Amino acid sequence: MKIVVCISKAPDTTSKIAFKENNTQFDEAGIQFIINPYDEWYALVRALELKEANGGNVTVLNVGGAENDPIIRKALAIGADDAARIDAPTNDALFIAKQIAAYLKSNPADLVFFGKETIDYNGSQVGGMVSALLDLPYVSLASKLELNGTTAMLEREIEGGIELIETSLPFVLSAAKGMAEARIPNMRGIMAARTKPLNIVPAFEASNATEIKSFTLPPAKTGCKYVDADNVDELVNLLRNEAKAI
Amino acid sequence: MSVLIYTDTSNGAFTKNAFEAANYGSLVAKNEGTSATAIVIGEAKDISILGTYGITKVLHFNEALLTNFDPQKVAQIIIEAAKKISATTIILAHDYSGKAVAPILAAKLDVGLVTGAVALPEGNTVKKTVFSGKAFATIEIKTPTKIITVLPNAVEKQTFSETLSTEAFSCEIPSTRLTVKEVKKASNELSLTEADIVVSAGRGLKGPENWGMIEELAKELGAATACSRPVADIGWRPHHEHVGQTGLAIRPNLYIAIGISGAIQHLAGVNGSKVIVVINTDAEAPFFKAADYGIVGDAFEVVPKLIQAVKKLKA
Repeated sequence: MKIVVCISKAPDTTSKIAFKENNTQFDEAGIQFIINPYDEWYALVRALELKEANGGNVTVLNVGGAENDPIIRKALAIGADDAARIDAPTNDALFIAKQIAAYLKSNPADLVFFGKETIDYNGSQVGGMVSALLDLPYVSLASKLELNGTTAMLEREIEGGIELIETSLPFVLSAAKGMAEARIPNMRGIMAARTKPLNIVPAFEASNATEIKSFTLPPAKTGCKYVDADNVDELVNLLRNEAKAI
Repeated sequence: MSVLIYTDTSNGAFTKNAFEAANYGSLVAKNEGTSATAIVIGEAKDISILGTYGITKVLHFNEALLTNFDPQKVAQIIIEAAKKISATTIILAHDYSGKAVAPILAAKLDVGLVTGAVALPEGNTVKKTVFSGKAFATIEIKTPTKIITVLPNAVEKQTFSETLSTEAFSCEIPSTRLTVKEVKKASNELSLTEADIVVSAGRGLKGPENWGMIEELAKELGAATACSRPVADIGWRPHHEHVGQTGLAIRPNLYIAIGISGAIQHLAGVNGSKVIVVINTDAEAPFFKAADYGIVGDAFEVVPKLIQAVKKLKA
């Protein structure tokens, strides 16, 4: 069984967000980059569990430049067998999806995993796009996956509940919380990661469908209006008559 | 040129997010001087209500071959409906269904998609949240057709009084390998992502046995309950209540945070809320900086008083 886990690079969750070049670029100064948490904690770890139970091979796939290699090595340290990096820019989701689909056409997989979204652009786009480009079933926001031969049983989050889904291999999923528990790489994994293959794949010709023009920060709150703990009626009054929220 | 809106249903009734999408789509149509058509898939009660959200025409795909939600099939129906009305803008809610369907549409039609819009488009650009609510990006869609998914509370609700025409719609849909075996819904619980008011609590509550007053306050306000990550991780509350960067991102009208310090990861999931109230014993808690109203005090004293005050108001 061949599993491809698509991982993205993201700023650490505690990062302070700032922009440069007249608010057209994310300011990476002082930012610690990590594997996008949904890709790592849920997609990658579940892929490794399935491999441990059923045998097979886990490839991590990334799109981007050489600056992404440290996070790819981390995924190898956590336990992926090998990695590929498509050497292409990452400015548009459809462009990235076309890169990944082109790779998967020549390197078919039984399972293709994504995280449910990246914590930087919050697109939740690339997984669904790849499924469409390859005409494969797509299970978004999957919180559970069990395999029985080539049949898969999944749970998917929906509004106010869950859906139980059955499909067959191959398919594409985006992983949400519940899929697996995060793993910390051990020293043996870190040593082994250095020599695991990381193949650089040339970019596939495609054009961008979108372009980021500018960034803005949310307007700062004008200041918190404090209400005395002994005067809770006043809070209710403000929420009703000033904020019109209740 | 026209606008097509996917209005999703749950148990035969339109979802709150479907109305938000309809309202947004109608405003886009108005700005572009064109009309707003909704595509409705499956059983739907009270279709005419969409007229009050500005929809003038409904294409209703109501055939037994689509008994459950499969994004591949839903996407194909939307594509055919878009062709029929020559849609140049397709609007979906940024919810569980929209997140599944919109990327498939974008790839099949080879057009640009912006997810999580928080404002109406200006020309070909759309403003959306990025960095989990810590910033916004203005994104240009470079293709002639655009697809947008909309966050709750992106635009103010407008009142329309359009008369709807409903037309049965049919098209070929692909056979797929996906089946929904069962849908499990917490029937009487208010959906956290759709709630107008959310009451949330954290470690300051000291133990799961103290959540009674949180639930009571939520009940009095008609609110959903939520919690911070540590509380979900130690099992005091179920994981589906966890809001924050790695949990749910919510955008209610009112968010009341009780005994939550307001770590940056928690704020990311809730700072789209219109009004934030913070109740915390620690005057230095970072959450107060993001709050509109604050009470520095002990939750065990303040919350019971708040319940009484809300009861008095509602009486």
